[in-house]
Amino acid sequence: MTRALGWLAAVGLGAGLVMAFGVAPREATQGNVQRIMYLHVPSVWVAYVAFAVVFVASIIYLARRAEWADHVAHASAELGVLFTGLTIATGSIWGKPTWGAWWTWDARLTSVSMLFVMYLGYLLLRGMIDEGDRAARYAAVLGVVAALNIPLVHFSVYWWRTLHQPPSLMRPGGSSMPSVIVAALLVNFAAFSLLYLYFLAKRVRLLRLEAAAA
Amino acid sequence: MERRSKETLNALAFFSLLLLFVFQFTLGPDRERLAAALPGILWLGFVLAGLLGLGRTFVLERENDCWDALLLAPGDKSAIYVGKLAGNVLLMLVVETLLLVLFTFFFNVDLAGALPALALVVALGTLGLAAVGTLFAAMTAQVRARELLFPVLLLPVQVPVLLATVKATEAVLLGEPLSAVAHWLKLLAAADVVYVATGVLTFDFLLES
Repeated sequence: MTRALGWLAAVGLGAGLVMAFGVAPREATQGNVQRIMYLHVPSVWVAYVAFAVVFVASIIYLARRAEWADHVAHASAELGVLFTGLTIATGSIWGKPTWGAWWTWDARLTSVSMLFVMYLGYLLLRGMIDEGDRAARYAAVLGVVAALNIPLVHFSVYWWRTLHQPPSLMRPGGSSMPSVIVAALLVNFAAFSLLYLYFLAKRVRLLRLEAAAA
Repeated sequence: MERRSKETLNALAFFSLLLLFVFQFTLGPDRERLAAALPGILWLGFVLAGLLGLGRTFVLERENDCWDALLLAPGDKSAIYVGKLAGNVLLMLVVETLLLVLFTFFFNVDLAGALPALALVVALGTLGLAAVGTLFAAMTAQVRARELLFPVLLLPVQVPVLLATVKATEAVLLGEPLSAVAHWLKLLAAADVVYVATGVLTFDFLLES
């Protein structure tokens, strides 16, 4: 099951690469740099999904004390941090030639980096507690607080300043992108989601084995 | 409880005074630059004092081996949270008032006109800071490297509160009416509600043996 998921993800990523570099046209104003979007946007999508999963799994753990929920939350938080990091890295690489700077304190850059440090703190807390049961409880509470904080971070940072491109895929009045680009993006969305599920399944299994061995 | 808060309060009062000196030394005597940076350094002072004060919320229980008494306390554990939160808000408000007085005294700024509006912003911000701080203090009280972990957890979560309070303070000090910062005040109020509610609801889980 997990292995099939892995192959699916690999095929999806391959197809995503073909779509991004072969099929999708070269963007007129930004040039080839724009193609990093096919990595950047799916990464941030997966990161948000991962943090949502942490939230739900944390609540399930607190309500039911199911150990699997704790493993899912732990694994998903790690993946969320990984994909947020990927988002920030690809965004910087894109930002240097496009905006002329690796980093600006733009609203969305700031809120994503705040997510990054918030969940790094989550992983740090887990690492600092030795007893598994206590780590699970504390982390679950933090997972809930952090998730509820996401909208607050989002609005505060948005009002603070904004410079980022307005979202071009999902906005009222339809998409501004040609359908080939949308198709390439959707293939990458699917591929990254599969990759996330594959990693999650692997990591949860590993955490279960670790817990069983301890 | 009474004695502890006095002990913490004395140290925090002294700490605030020292903070002021540090700000003065690092920013230099330029009055205009100071005025521009005032909202920022004011809240920097509040947060630094808050980190020290809030981090000590459960220090008495830990040092005197009373943690088990907290666990055994009958009835709803959220009452402990509300009590600790009230104590922390009170402590922080006292320290913040002191810091404000020291600011007006040492830096010769006139806050009198903006005082009611400023008080509202400070109260809302303090509640948010203390609500999460109290929860995280309970969380880190029994953990290795708690002095380090507490600020590392608290600061990122406090970003919305910090942005909102600094922006609102800035506007208020410039003499703008509160309606100009209504969106920030609403955000602060929403944050306070969310933080206190989660604190009340989840505190139980932190105090299990």
